[in-house]
Amino acid sequence: MQPGGAASALEPVLATAGVSKTFPGVKALQRVDFRLFPGEIHTLMGQNGAGKSTLINVLTGVVAPEAGTIRLGGEVVAFASPQEAEAAGIRTLYQEVNLCSNLSVAENIFAGRQPKRFGAIDWNDIKWRAQAALARLDVTLDVTRSLDAYPIAVQQMVAIARALSVDARVLILDEPTSSLDDSEVAQLFKILRHLKQSGIAILFVTHFIEQTYAISDRITVMRNGEREGEYLARDLPADQLVSRMVGHERMSARLREAAQASHDGHGGPQGAQAGQPFMALRGVGRRGSMQPIDLDVQPGQILGLAGLLGSGRTETARLLFGADRADSGTMLVEGRPVRLRSPRDAVRHGIGYCAEDRKKEGIVAELSIRENILLALQARRGWWRKISRQRARELADLWIERLGIKASDAEQPIGLLSGGNQQKALLARWLATDPRLLILDEPTRGIDIAAKFDIMDRLLALCASGLSILFISSEISEVLRVSHRVAVLRDRRKIAEVSGQASNEDNIYRLIAGSGE
Amino acid sequence: MKLSNWIARDGAERPLIWPCVTLLLLCGLNLWVNPHFLSLRMLDGHLFGAPIDVLNRAAPLVLVATGMTLVIATRGIDISVGAVVAIAGAAAATILATQPVASAGLIAQALLAALITGLLSGMWNGLLVSFVGMQPIIATLILMVAGRGVAQLLTAGQIIPIGAPGYLFVGGGYWLGVPCSVWIAAVAVLATAALVEGTALGLFIRAIGVNPVATRLVGLRSKALVFAVYGFSGLTAAMAGILISSNVRSADGNNAGLLLELDAILAVTLGGTSLLGGRFSLVGTVLGALIIQTLTYTTYSIGVPPEATLVVKAAVVLAVSLIQSPAARSLAMSFGMSVRRSLVKQHGAAR
Amino acid sequence: MRRILEAWAHIVDPRTLPIAVTILLFCALFGFGSVMYTGFFSWQVLLDLLVDNAFLLIVAIGMTFVIVSGGIDLSVGSVVALTTIVEAVLSEHMHWPVWAILPIVLLMGTVFGAVQGALIHFFRLQAFIVTLAGMFFARGLCFLITTQSITITDPTFQKISAFRLDIGVGSVTANVLIAFVTLLAAIYVAHFTRFGRNVYAIGGNARSALLMGLPVARTRVGVYALSGFCSALGGAVFTFYVLSGYGLQGQGMELDAIAATVIGGTLLTGGVGYVIGSLFGVGILGTIQTLITFDGTLSSWWTRIVIGALLCAFCLLQRLIERHAKSVGRPGGTGAVVTAGRERGHADGSAPPDTHVIGRAPEQA
Repeated sequence: MQPGGAASALEPVLATAGVSKTFPGVKALQRVDFRLFPGEIHTLMGQNGAGKSTLINVLTGVVAPEAGTIRLGGEVVAFASPQEAEAAGIRTLYQEVNLCSNLSVAENIFAGRQPKRFGAIDWNDIKWRAQAALARLDVTLDVTRSLDAYPIAVQQMVAIARALSVDARVLILDEPTSSLDDSEVAQLFKILRHLKQSGIAILFVTHFIEQTYAISDRITVMRNGEREGEYLARDLPADQLVSRMVGHERMSARLREAAQASHDGHGGPQGAQAGQPFMALRGVGRRGSMQPIDLDVQPGQILGLAGLLGSGRTETARLLFGADRADSGTMLVEGRPVRLRSPRDAVRHGIGYCAEDRKKEGIVAELSIRENILLALQARRGWWRKISRQRARELADLWIERLGIKASDAEQPIGLLSGGNQQKALLARWLATDPRLLILDEPTRGIDIAAKFDIMDRLLALCASGLSILFISSEISEVLRVSHRVAVLRDRRKIAEVSGQASNEDNIYRLIAGSGE
Repeated sequence: MKLSNWIARDGAERPLIWPCVTLLLLCGLNLWVNPHFLSLRMLDGHLFGAPIDVLNRAAPLVLVATGMTLVIATRGIDISVGAVVAIAGAAAATILATQPVASAGLIAQALLAALITGLLSGMWNGLLVSFVGMQPIIATLILMVAGRGVAQLLTAGQIIPIGAPGYLFVGGGYWLGVPCSVWIAAVAVLATAALVEGTALGLFIRAIGVNPVATRLVGLRSKALVFAVYGFSGLTAAMAGILISSNVRSADGNNAGLLLELDAILAVTLGGTSLLGGRFSLVGTVLGALIIQTLTYTTYSIGVPPEATLVVKAAVVLAVSLIQSPAARSLAMSFGMSVRRSLVKQHGAAR
Repeated sequence: MRRILEAWAHIVDPRTLPIAVTILLFCALFGFGSVMYTGFFSWQVLLDLLVDNAFLLIVAIGMTFVIVSGGIDLSVGSVVALTTIVEAVLSEHMHWPVWAILPIVLLMGTVFGAVQGALIHFFRLQAFIVTLAGMFFARGLCFLITTQSITITDPTFQKISAFRLDIGVGSVTANVLIAFVTLLAAIYVAHFTRFGRNVYAIGGNARSALLMGLPVARTRVGVYALSGFCSALGGAVFTFYVLSGYGLQGQGMELDAIAATVIGGTLLTGGVGYVIGSLFGVGILGTIQTLITFDGTLSSWWTRIVIGALLCAFCLLQRLIERHAKSVGRPGGTGAVVTAGRERGHADGSAPPDTHVIGRAPEQA
């Protein structure tokens, strides 16, 4: 099977020509031409709001374009619904595993098209067919157990098996790796390469630059609803990719450096200071969640937590914040032992927490931006002492300006803001309480590059005034870039702490693998 | 085009418009049938008239619906209020029955007993929902099923008559010309509104209703708040129970407050509060309760047999839900647009 | 106690534990009755449970499907009453034969349910509200037709009502046979048809089901239509049982059906439950009633209290199991992916915001 580069000799299996789509107030797609060839892995890249999701929705029949044509196998098609697209051979997998976790693995693979015998569903048939479908992906498991008995990575493979259980010509994967750790990503990529060989065309959407280069044959860059360009992966270096996504004018030398640094894996601010830590953990652990851990958070410093998915980063954060109660050990705030039994206690001690899942644990979607920003402060004051309307307005305006939150009106529901602005509003919420320690769990996830650097810049500036930060991110390069010191976690334990010379990506990976210095 | 835009947008931004319009329509209908509908007269120092009747009968519903509003705003539901009404009435009647002539002290005891049983019932619900973590509908279903049994137990299966004049004044008496029950309901609503908007409670309740997980992570004691809200619902149900038992001069474990929870939920929904929790409107709830009561009155006055009240209620509920549903509105708009398009085409072809 | 539960939970899947408890409880109750009262322990008493509650079983079967799909149907009691009235009127006033009446009422129930389902799905209205309106509507229709009770004197009706089949250990009525056939059909539909499996899928995660290409609209309308059909069939059976039509019948029956379903092991959140569980749920409700009747000294309202307490106990049990499963974390799968020490990722198990059962407990963060 020819590699993607030589595929231009063939006809594209899926193509759009001049496709446009407008939503109220937003030109989501403008005259986009796109080509996907059989037997290639093609990555779609762009910032948030560039039009990637809309293009996917057009290709899969979720929305209909206002202009332009879509061709499948050379013939013009118009999908009235996702079912039609699926029937035509276009299968889509989303970031969230869209299966029914109460059903068994086998049932999920064949839901809606269960094989029958004499009019009744044939369960034996389903079982061995499901096993065969998974075997094609080199996965073996008990298909009669319910889906939620398995971790997300396995659930995603079941989703792929479902997508492929009927003849597929095109497989679209929309950010499938966000919840996977590196070994699971590697396994997924192995499957994708395998599928590529059988002639399926794969469209891959991701934020991760490293993954893009690891898997893609070709890359299409979207910007502001337009197709910026289509490139062969091997012909497009990382910093050019970023500059094309962001728009050359907005790309400063600093950003370019940082983008290159993320690709090569180098470190950030150096230096560790001694002195009394603001918060110290001594042997703090929780059964089923975290082994006893020692940690010091120095005032005015950023402590990074690095580790693979599942190593216990969020668990540590939740223990620090009192969201989970510790079973063992002592926590000290400014040298005095404390018991954090709930987030309420932590807030009283001046700790704030931006949770990993913004949507579920962070924003209160229907409340206004102003109300969201004030929430933590008001919660600390209690129900009786309400913050006056005028003061509330002042505070909200202050933070909107300070953090550069793009919102037309502080009274609009926060759910309408983009991801980056929502994150900033959440930051404002905690900064408004004047915290001593801010715990940030994946604060830049799902945010475009310009906003990412913006946030990280401001964080570093805040430390100058004495704020401590615990910074968690699955992108180790990002952790290194921002932190003064980095604690390395593996399998729910802290295995090392690095700073200075030792803080580079290679070393951290070595530590995690178990063979570092 | 402009009108339909306004309808689509305005319904969402100013939800109080719809209950107001509905109420006005109902009043208009009543006026058409009976031009003296809105007339009031003073008799023996009491105000009489259709509006007073409606307000009087709506008072218990307003009370229950007020408590229900807060519960629904926290993403919950309380279908046990009807049973609590019965229990409260039974508690009061049982105490009043211990002495042939009721002293002021006994009446106070009866009132207190009713309120306390209501509060305890609400706290039981709150316990199950907040601390055990049961779904509200099933937690309150338990009390709804068992509660009437408890009420029957208290009354030993009888309908206990109530004769104490002091007690009867609460539900049937007048003060400054206006029925006591209306005063009580009005004060309760105003007090609740003051509590909820004058403090941060309103914000907290809305936050819990929209995202309970985030609210805990912000440092709010959400469990305590939800527990309190259910307790409050029980309390308002007990107040309604006092009014009802006072009004009908008896405590009936079987029939007191029957279907009241459904009317209360209806009132809350009609008032624009979403069953999914979050934003709520006490004014809307009061309007909703008035709509339901006026509806009952209307069906009676325009000669529709009382049996038809249920059918009419069903139709109104459906109509209002449809209007409030964005899906229905967008379907109607797209239907309207396609009709318009075909008309334009015809017009164009004709030219 | 905790360790016993742990061991037990490992042996018995958390999904089947509630129904196991239900069956045990039923046996325990029946055993208790047999020990306490003479004459209790007989086949006929057992069969009489079915005879007296055949209608509730049929209605509960319909309710089970609806609850498994993530919804709720409050109109069932009113539809039962409406069915009895319609049958009585058609038979007494218009003298139609039974065989003409039955298809009419079944069709009426099905269409009624389908309309509710359509309103719920296409307009995205809350199931609670729509079926509440349906309840008012059906009840109102009853009263509009007549407020009196109409006794049925048609001989065919009476023959069917009096029919008893001797099955050796005792005798059963036609109602029991109908209920039994309905039960078998329901089990078949739930486990061997695509429609049934779609119902489970929608109850588990409606959004996913939609994205998986399952016919959500058809299934949702269908499940409410099925509930309407079962309500009408239950009404027909009830008419055979009481031989009259009366609008005040069946008040509170929806609660009994819900109680039977929940006690039978079906989760109100949807996606989990067995039809056979509702059989035992109805059995338990009936046994309690029989126990109280046998006792003779307890007043009938104790039934309400006991059912309430049972419901409470079962929900607590479901909650305990839920919490336990969450804290322990489900065991990982075997095979290609090593899961030791990994984070347990759960796909979003809680129902999405457009779920139709209202009222959720404040989640433990």
